[in-house]
Amino acid sequence: MSLFRRLHEDGPGDAMTVTITVDGVALQARAGESVAAAVLASSDPTSRAAPVGGAPRAPYCMMGVCFDCLMEIDGETNRQSCMVIVREGMMVKRMARPKAVTP
Amino acid sequence: MASCDLAVIGAGPAGMAAATLAAEHGLDVVVYDENPAPGGQIYRAIETVSLARNSDLAFLGESYRAGAALARAFRASPARFMPGTTVWLVQKDRAIGILRDGKAAMVQANRIIIATGALERPVPVPGWTLPGVMTVGAAQGLLKSAAMAPSSPVVLAGKGPLLFQLAAQYVAAGVAIAAILETGARPIAALPHVWPAWRSGTIGKGLALLRAIRQGGVNIIRNVVALEAEGRGRLEAVAYRTVRGTGRIATPLLLLHEGVIANAQLTKAIPLAHEWNERQQCWQPMLDADGNSDVEGIAVAGDAGGIGGAEAAAHSGRLVALAALKALGKIGRIAHEALAETERTAWQRHLAARPFLDALYPPPDASAQLADGTLVCRCEEVTAGQIREAVSLGCAGPNQAKSFTRAGMGPCQGRMCGLTVAALIARETGQSMSEVGHYRIRPPIKPLTVGELAALE
Ligand SMILES: Cc1cc2nc3c(=O)[nH]c(=O)nc-3n(C[C@H](O)[C@H](O)[C@H](O)COP(=O)(O)OP(=O)(O)OC[C@H]3O[C@@H](n4cnc5c(N)ncnc54)[C@H](O)[C@@H]3O)c2cc1C
Ligand code: FES
Repeated sequence: MSLFRRLHEDGPGDAMTVTITVDGVALQARAGESVAAAVLASSDPTSRAAPVGGAPRAPYCMMGVCFDCLMEIDGETNRQSCMVIVREGMMVKRMARPKAVTP
Repeated sequence: MASCDLAVIGAGPAGMAAATLAAEHGLDVVVYDENPAPGGQIYRAIETVSLARNSDLAFLGESYRAGAALARAFRASPARFMPGTTVWLVQKDRAIGILRDGKAAMVQANRIIIATGALERPVPVPGWTLPGVMTVGAAQGLLKSAAMAPSSPVVLAGKGPLLFQLAAQYVAAGVAIAAILETGARPIAALPHVWPAWRSGTIGKGLALLRAIRQGGVNIIRNVVALEAEGRGRLEAVAYRTVRGTGRIATPLLLLHEGVIANAQLTKAIPLAHEWNERQQCWQPMLDADGNSDVEGIAVAGDAGGIGGAEAAAHSGRLVALAALKALGKIGRIAHEALAETERTAWQRHLAARPFLDALYPPPDASAQLADGTLVCRCEEVTAGQIREAVSLGCAGPNQAKSFTRAGMGPCQGRMCGLTVAALIARETGQSMSEVGHYRIRPPIKPLTVGELAALE
């Protein structure tokens, strides 16, 4: 189940008019939402793997402070998904832990 | 390089009020905000909510609705608004580095008003990095900007006006709250400060919120002394301890809040002179009665200069704008005196409520009960134990702790761990927070990519 739900379904402006792709899966969103908000309302709220231990992380502050919402958006890595508004056709990927450097 | 008379950084109540007044008096004003619309934290998304959703405006409450007039006046003023624009650099010569649409640029301002607001005080508890643990402010942002609410009964933990405000908003919107875990309010300590807080209207508002929450039948568990977020890969339950015993509540969502602190990232990076605010347990820039910093032409308004709340922020914004108008010759000394007097009186009336709130909801001691295994730096995954160990090896301050442990080296640049790391060092070494100091913060205050920087000639 999702962590967050949309309160309204049928008012003006409530239609899910934007489709983004998260890790290859289509996700419906509402115009004006941030990418992080759309992810939190989906069945998998995680945004990235922690860079050292690899544990899953999800958006935490939703105001650009914590950087736990970092995702790859349209080919650009490390974007703060809580500060990016959804756009039709956006390609979003959860960020994996950087590969360990082997000596 | 583009230029302007006055650059205002932040379009919350402080920035909007400052920009509106300054632009109406003939200054060429540019306002930057990294969000897509004006409003700041308290009035986030005020324009879209007022247009589309009268029902939401109702449950968001009166103090939120008050932002609509401020935003309308701001939009109607000649101030140029640049939404979606992050300020990553402010130099002492008042050159400003901005990032907009993936391109960096420099702007030269004659004067600068920094109105970057507040942050929620980071609350390190065991398990706070689990998906499903977020802040009260984050959830409130989702409610305002996306009309989203928790899917299952939620637990709110901590204290402070914002926590109770969100609880009241959820009750009014019919959203289920599993429990509020209140971490030590101190009504008796707050008693001596009651009168000014009453006069400013703060107590009346607070009591109304509490009444609404109680009428909603919310279970409030008081005097919580320890909290732990439990789960594997995702939050499953919140364990807590009170003076009476222990408890555990199953929930997928825990919202934490321990008050707000001045957002000193930009002011520290310049750097302006700062002082430690013992009562609010945070750093804030040293300002004169008009909001001027120690650097000529750079002033600070609203919560970025010290926590005062939304109403205080708007008055402080106007006060600082009046000083800019005087300095740039747009109003005379006598006109300034008269106008500034009114704003200062109103500002101080709202500020007078703070000692009550700070005594009622004292900031938690960030170092006392932190278990060694608890993460303090979320970015680099550094624990309280690692910081303590670094101190025992001779590390004497935050900057050294950074090179010892990597705490503060990640993308948030110490926003989440700075105060906790300093508090741990202070406790271990027996120094005060002002002796220990803070991380040296260097621009850019938000990471820039090579591609973004390429736009700078
Ligand atoms: C998450 C959160 C929620 C809050 N909600 C409430 C509430 O509901 N009710 C209440 O009474 N108080 C609330 N507060 C307290 C709040 O700080 C004040 O009431 C009020 O918002 C302060 O106004 P301000 O203008 O000083 O700053 P803010 O309203 O915080 O506005 C600052 C603005 O500056 C922008 N900004 C910051 N840094 C940069 C940068 N580098 N570049 C560009 N733009 C930048 C931000 O995007 C923001 O819009 C909240 C605080 C927080 C942190
Ligand atoms: S959720 Fe914290 S920076 Fe985006």
